[in-house]
Amino acid sequence: MPILDHLWIIIALPLLGAAINGLLGKNWSKPVVNAVGIGSVSLAFFSVVEAVREFSLLSPDQIPWIRSYFTWITAGQFKVDFALQIDQLTVVMLLVVTFVGLLVHIYSTGYMAHEEGYYRFFAYLNLFVFFMLILVLAANVVLMFVGWEGVGLCSYLLVGFWFLKQSAISAGKKAFITTRVGDLGFTIGILLTFWTFHTVDFVAIFQQLVGKPAEAFAATGVLTAISLLLFIGAIGKSAQIPLYVWLPDAMEGPTPVSALIHAATMVTAGVYMVARMNPVFSRAPFAMFVVALIGALTAFFAATIGLVQTDIKKVLAYSTVSQLGYMFLGLGVGAYAAGVFHLMTHAFFKGLLFLAAGSVIHAMNGDQEMGHMGGLRTKIPITFWCMFIATLAIAGIPGFAGFFSKDEILDAAGSGPHANLWFYWLGLIGAGLTSFYMFRLIFLTFFGQPRYDEHKVHVHESPYSMTVPLICLAILSTCGGWFAAPHLVGGTDYFERFLHPVFAAYSVNPGIEQGVSLAGAAGSAGEIASSPMTELFHALTGWPVIIALLGLLVAWWFYIKSPDTPKKLAQSLSGPYTLLLHKYWIDELYHAVIVAPLLWISTNILWHVVDEGAIDGTVNGVARGLRESGGRVREIQSGNARSYATWVVVGAAGVTVLMLVLWTMVR
Amino acid sequence: MGTQSHLLSVIVFLPLLASGALLFLRSEDHVWIRRTALTISLCEFAISLRLLLSFQMGDATYQLAEYSDWIGTAIHYHIGIDGLSLFLVLLTTFLTPLSILCSWNSIHENVKGFFLAILVIETAMLGVFVSLDLFLFFLFWEMTLIPMYFMIGIWGHDRRIYAAVKFILYTMFGSILMLVAILWLYNLSKTVPNGGTFDLPLLQSYLQRGVIALPPQTELWLFLAFFLAFAIKVPLFPLHTWLPDAHTEAPTAGSVILAGVMLKLGTYGMMRFCLPLFPGAAHRAAGVIGVLAIIGIIYGALVATIQPNFKRLIAYTSVSHLGFVVLAIFSFTTISFQGAIYQMISHGVSTGALFLGLGMIYDRRHTYEIKEFGGLVNPMPVLMAFFLFIALSSLALPPLNGFIGEFLILIGVFQFHHAWAAFASSGAVLSAIYLLWSYQRVALGEVTVEKNRTLSDASARERVILVTVALAILFMGLASPLFTRRMEATTDNLVRQTQIEGAPQNAKSPARIVPPADPSAGNIVAAPPSNTSHARLVPVAEAQVNP
Repeated sequence: MPILDHLWIIIALPLLGAAINGLLGKNWSKPVVNAVGIGSVSLAFFSVVEAVREFSLLSPDQIPWIRSYFTWITAGQFKVDFALQIDQLTVVMLLVVTFVGLLVHIYSTGYMAHEEGYYRFFAYLNLFVFFMLILVLAANVVLMFVGWEGVGLCSYLLVGFWFLKQSAISAGKKAFITTRVGDLGFTIGILLTFWTFHTVDFVAIFQQLVGKPAEAFAATGVLTAISLLLFIGAIGKSAQIPLYVWLPDAMEGPTPVSALIHAATMVTAGVYMVARMNPVFSRAPFAMFVVALIGALTAFFAATIGLVQTDIKKVLAYSTVSQLGYMFLGLGVGAYAAGVFHLMTHAFFKGLLFLAAGSVIHAMNGDQEMGHMGGLRTKIPITFWCMFIATLAIAGIPGFAGFFSKDEILDAAGSGPHANLWFYWLGLIGAGLTSFYMFRLIFLTFFGQPRYDEHKVHVHESPYSMTVPLICLAILSTCGGWFAAPHLVGGTDYFERFLHPVFAAYSVNPGIEQGVSLAGAAGSAGEIASSPMTELFHALTGWPVIIALLGLLVAWWFYIKSPDTPKKLAQSLSGPYTLLLHKYWIDELYHAVIVAPLLWISTNILWHVVDEGAIDGTVNGVARGLRESGGRVREIQSGNARSYATWVVVGAAGVTVLMLVLWTMVR
Repeated sequence: MGTQSHLLSVIVFLPLLASGALLFLRSEDHVWIRRTALTISLCEFAISLRLLLSFQMGDATYQLAEYSDWIGTAIHYHIGIDGLSLFLVLLTTFLTPLSILCSWNSIHENVKGFFLAILVIETAMLGVFVSLDLFLFFLFWEMTLIPMYFMIGIWGHDRRIYAAVKFILYTMFGSILMLVAILWLYNLSKTVPNGGTFDLPLLQSYLQRGVIALPPQTELWLFLAFFLAFAIKVPLFPLHTWLPDAHTEAPTAGSVILAGVMLKLGTYGMMRFCLPLFPGAAHRAAGVIGVLAIIGIIYGALVATIQPNFKRLIAYTSVSHLGFVVLAIFSFTTISFQGAIYQMISHGVSTGALFLGLGMIYDRRHTYEIKEFGGLVNPMPVLMAFFLFIALSSLALPPLNGFIGEFLILIGVFQFHHAWAAFASSGAVLSAIYLLWSYQRVALGEVTVEKNRTLSDASARERVILVTVALAILFMGLASPLFTRRMEATTDNLVRQTQIEGAPQNAKSPARIVPPADPSAGNIVAAPPSNTSHARLVPVAEAQVNP
């Protein structure tokens, strides 16, 4: 089993690409840079495919498959190996990361063709894939943290890729710092994990959990504490309330970056982490409740902001925040597989939405304002159709990928063992809002009359390097959910069944866990116990579908049928409208409550009063006192090195005398 | 004597003796003065690498020890290294050639004196790290001050006199307290038959075995006298205000040496003297010291954030980073000790590197004011790329060196005190803020000051420096076990020495006191070097704890 024994090859390839392009690419032509950049990622993708093939031949007791290569950190009991592991969850993530990563690399050759620092872009992108692969392959939580921080670095570099633009640099910095606030929780979570389990290896931790009854930990609440701390890290990385503020700003980066990092992969790292740590979370009901709560609130809250945004990428950004909320909602109500399923389908359709938006922006010569678009449907048909399919997917129109995954999450929130009707309704209304703002985007961009100056902007379809990735993702956005299709007629959800070992192996109660993960199937099948057709009818006429169609209908009314309605509505409801338009003034609030006071205190209290006033004042006061009693001191400050040296000699002599005096005393 | 290896003595005194060669060169012959100094420091580094070969892993004793009579019966020439000092010695010999190289074109006055000073400082610092006799230690300790004082006072910037005087006043104050404590200890040792010694291992064994009975109150005073001297050097909040001034006014090489090595004299001293000699007092004071260290971490970072002067900003970050080290030292766990030692080395490399990069900018623009920069990445992409890399190591980005040190410290401190570790973790957020924000204002965006548009990128000499430190940063991050495994025996030993819950009672019990076999100096000289070390003493101490 060559690749499985050499898992490091998978991560070494993109690193190599990054190193080669980063160090040597400056003077190379674009085709050479492309060959290195795309070549390394496609090789990584093919090695993943081969690894998955070999993985499928493993017997269940060989999974998780772990390979340790060298000891990275060791001190006392604390030992971190460079160890990689592969299980079903890793397989899903590996395929998503390398495949979407590959498509984005290809797309970028078109999108970034005229940019300065082309080689730099590809080096960063490869480096990102490298760290993302470390994140998903890591066999211990510290190595995972390496990937976690590494992708944060790449996000910083890529958001601020146009380093002459202050807004881009600030956005990159904001992204890094905000996620670091979350990482504070992650770090302390790791500390507590090691303190509790005396190890940081996933498998070793989970085995201890199975070995001891849940009550052993419940009494101290340590598992709840670990879970909540780790989840704070996830809140930062996956842009949830209250740390989501960096993600909309991160749209300053090039659009392929938004697609890969801020939609498909990096921002889902938090979801992956919670899913990975599921044995711990499952034993901490309160933490699970918090995960679901934050997820549901974010899903709804971010969707409301998305309603009124006019920048095409900003709409998608708030949509991403909202969709990540759904994933956490799924995890929080115990439907881990559903959360991961949505992670995957979201990677397809949101990656596609961003890439298609990039194609639109490309066509509009860089303009991102939807107010300047309109009627693009016939001018850029491939982009339109791809984006339309992605919209159907995200809105939850039956048959498309997002329908299956979102449905499962809402199902678990509504009727699973950890169901909570509040969360269910938040998610449901959020789904309606999602459908509305996405079709609003489609209608404003592609329908109606052109609102741009057709003499200045020559709208053109993008080159194949950009459209082919769109088409690939469009196919996946359509079919990506079909693993779960038999479940509609009461059959098996193949995605859940595939992931089942990961979430059942260390579960609190294997029976219950299985019940959760197959909640949709088992629950409804048990209640109705009827023909597949009734099942199907039941699924297709459920609230999620109705509400998605409602969203579509309202969008159609507002932006096609009666285009004056939004304006009137905004006037009559100016209060709520302004609130949404300014994103609830959260950025302003954070600035006023956290940033500004901190800077003020640091400058005026800590520096000027404490440092310069109190401490230095004392020191200088003492020095002055000594000086005045000593008399001829002015000469010391003459600035003349020679007289100054004399002074030192005198001082040294003084010390020597003092030493001698003390010497005789102690003798 | 003949069987002793003199490798350590060679390493310590080579820079001082070889610097004599500079005296034969004409003062105007700048080229050869520089070349000679660089050659000396490079040879020194090469020789010091031999330590890695000679050093035995898993051996907690002082290795490569040298011992001979010096002044009377009390003062000996006693040197040796262990897992604590090994890498500090290497850090010193690593940074010295770099600080010589970075001063290549930036020193124009009294060039000979300048390079002489660097080499003298090198010997003095190495001497501090290897001395096992308190008198010898104090001598080297004071010897570091004078050349550094000149370096700031003569080759510094505008307010150099103020900074140099402040530097000397602060440290002299600490030195005097330490001197009193050293003499006090000596005086106490005279109560032992044939006693009266400055020998560190011997004094330590007296104290551990209760041969010298130390009332808790006295122990605390002695501890504080040592600690204050070291805390000023570190510097621990609120004794830090000499540092920003010293750094801002010092020439680049001075800052590199100061931040890279000299601050570690303080943390080294805490681990070498405060903890093993006065474990009881260390435990009693730990609460206060830990809080001061945490204040330092957060305070240093916050004040760094808003500094308008880039060099001052980096200076304050040292207050923050060394707060981590002090916190780790007073957490008394193997992991935190290893983290502390590792972080000392790591901070030396990273912050040294930041000052090196800053010096390159200064050489071009002769200012450190952040508002004078802006968009520097345009004229000097290579230099600023390296600068970002170094900044990332400083803000503890894994898998670079800063992360290992900080993370080990946090893991170790957490075992001792949860809340301390939690508060200290905030340093990671703050370091991201001050470094990325300052990097944005200095390097990114359009060029804002017209003068900066034509600055030249890193020269070949500068690239050598930058590549060297970058490789060191990467190597330390990826191969940390090569370091920590060599510290393990020493830190385990230190943990045993500081585990003294209830031990003061034991020490008071006369029945438990084992009279020293024959503590005459002759006996010790005759014994192989390892006999003067902890290894022999540890079992005794353990027997003491478990009667």
